[in-house]
Amino acid sequence: MSDATTAAKASRNGHGDLPPGTKPPTSREGAEGGLVGRAIRAAAGAIQARIPVADLDERDPDYIRENLPGIWLLASLWFRGEVRGLGNVPEEGPVLLVGNHSGGNLTPDTSVFTLAYNAYFGVERPFYQLAHNLVLSMPGLSFLRKFGTVAASPENAETALSSGAALLVYPGGDYEVHRPLWERHKVDFNGRKGFIRLALEHDVPLVPVVAIGGQETSLFLSRGETIARALMLDKLFRLKVLPISLAIPWGLNVGDFLGHLPLPAKIVVEVLPPIDLREEFGPEPDLNAVYDEVISRMQAALDALAAERRLPIIG
Amino acid sequence: MRVVVDIEINAPCEMVWEYVSDPTRYLHFMQGMTRYEVVGKQAQGVGARYRTLMRVGSAEVGGVVEVVEWDESRDLAWNSVTGVDQRGRWRLRERPDDRTHVEFRFQYGVAGSGILGWLAEQVAAPTVRQHLRRSLHQLKRQVEHERLRRLAAERRSRTAAA
Repeated sequence: MSDATTAAKASRNGHGDLPPGTKPPTSREGAEGGLVGRAIRAAAGAIQARIPVADLDERDPDYIRENLPGIWLLASLWFRGEVRGLGNVPEEGPVLLVGNHSGGNLTPDTSVFTLAYNAYFGVERPFYQLAHNLVLSMPGLSFLRKFGTVAASPENAETALSSGAALLVYPGGDYEVHRPLWERHKVDFNGRKGFIRLALEHDVPLVPVVAIGGQETSLFLSRGETIARALMLDKLFRLKVLPISLAIPWGLNVGDFLGHLPLPAKIVVEVLPPIDLREEFGPEPDLNAVYDEVISRMQAALDALAAERRLPIIG
Repeated sequence: MRVVVDIEINAPCEMVWEYVSDPTRYLHFMQGMTRYEVVGKQAQGVGARYRTLMRVGSAEVGGVVEVVEWDESRDLAWNSVTGVDQRGRWRLRERPDDRTHVEFRFQYGVAGSGILGWLAEQVAAPTVRQHLRRSLHQLKRQVEHERLRRLAAERRSRTAAA
């Protein structure tokens, strides 16, 4: 695949020709590591080309409505889900929902929240979620696009907010979702502040969404960052981690590419009051100050939810 | 899924109607109801719309409903406009000694949701039935309390006049 073709295919879904964080090859690499460099670019391009084009019109309200009962069964019986504070989400207009992410690749807290949101506001209110590229390019997961899931990129986020929709983002992404079990009650965005810039650019309220229980659906042992770097997964797949966990039915589960059977941990999600960044932090807010404040509020809410929890998994 | 619950209230139909026809009272007597608000300018009568939500399992379920029948002190029926498919009816009938037989009929589901939808309706039914039963008991308590209060007020005013 030529570089031009790769770039063209990748740009369709709102990404550049190389994944963010991937440094362009230096002249030395180009001269001495050319073969390796080209192989990496070709593989990355192939993955990028598999990512479906971001088209907000793929969200299908009728499909969501017809499938809500199935999700309701899963959320109510298996995860005994509970979502509080949806009244904190502004009744209309674009809004940026910022959540802490848990549960590995299956992210059960997202299912519970998506159900609750669509039941509360109705499927008629546009609602999109950003997901990792790999999730959307996996065979069998194309139905997620009908639920309003689009590939995580600044361009797609801007498109969703510009359309007046509510957008759910998980700044912690793959880094946070695979945190080890003993960090399950920790909000960890790994210093990513793109969501603040996004809220400021579009002047939309930022609504923190705090979830607990997702990280008890499997026994997450390590993010496996060193292995991921050694295998160049960050360059190939934008994966910073290669999670290692104990999960049903695999036992030792490396990568979690085939998914796993989640343990029936009780999931509680709490929506916090909206934050108007310019009203609270002035016309030109300091990103670090906003980041610290958002993390601090979310961590306080997560601590309170953790204090309510009597036993792991049971809740 | 169809759920029907009923109760006898020791008060005339008109007094019970005051409660079931007033959207501002629903949050006070409907068990599990988390939201009941008027949508638009019309608050009562055929064509009035309400946004309703009831907590069932892990979600607050409901949507916008529209009143389709308004027979003063007898029948009040509604159909859903958005959200879960639902039809409901308050049926009030006079009984001797100023009593009222109150029947609440409620039908819900999601058209096109297949076997999982059917299963979800069955799983939700006990919760919905319990919510509605308790709602009727709360309605009975509130209406009968109000009736006693009014009777006492009448007695006091008669005594004062004498």
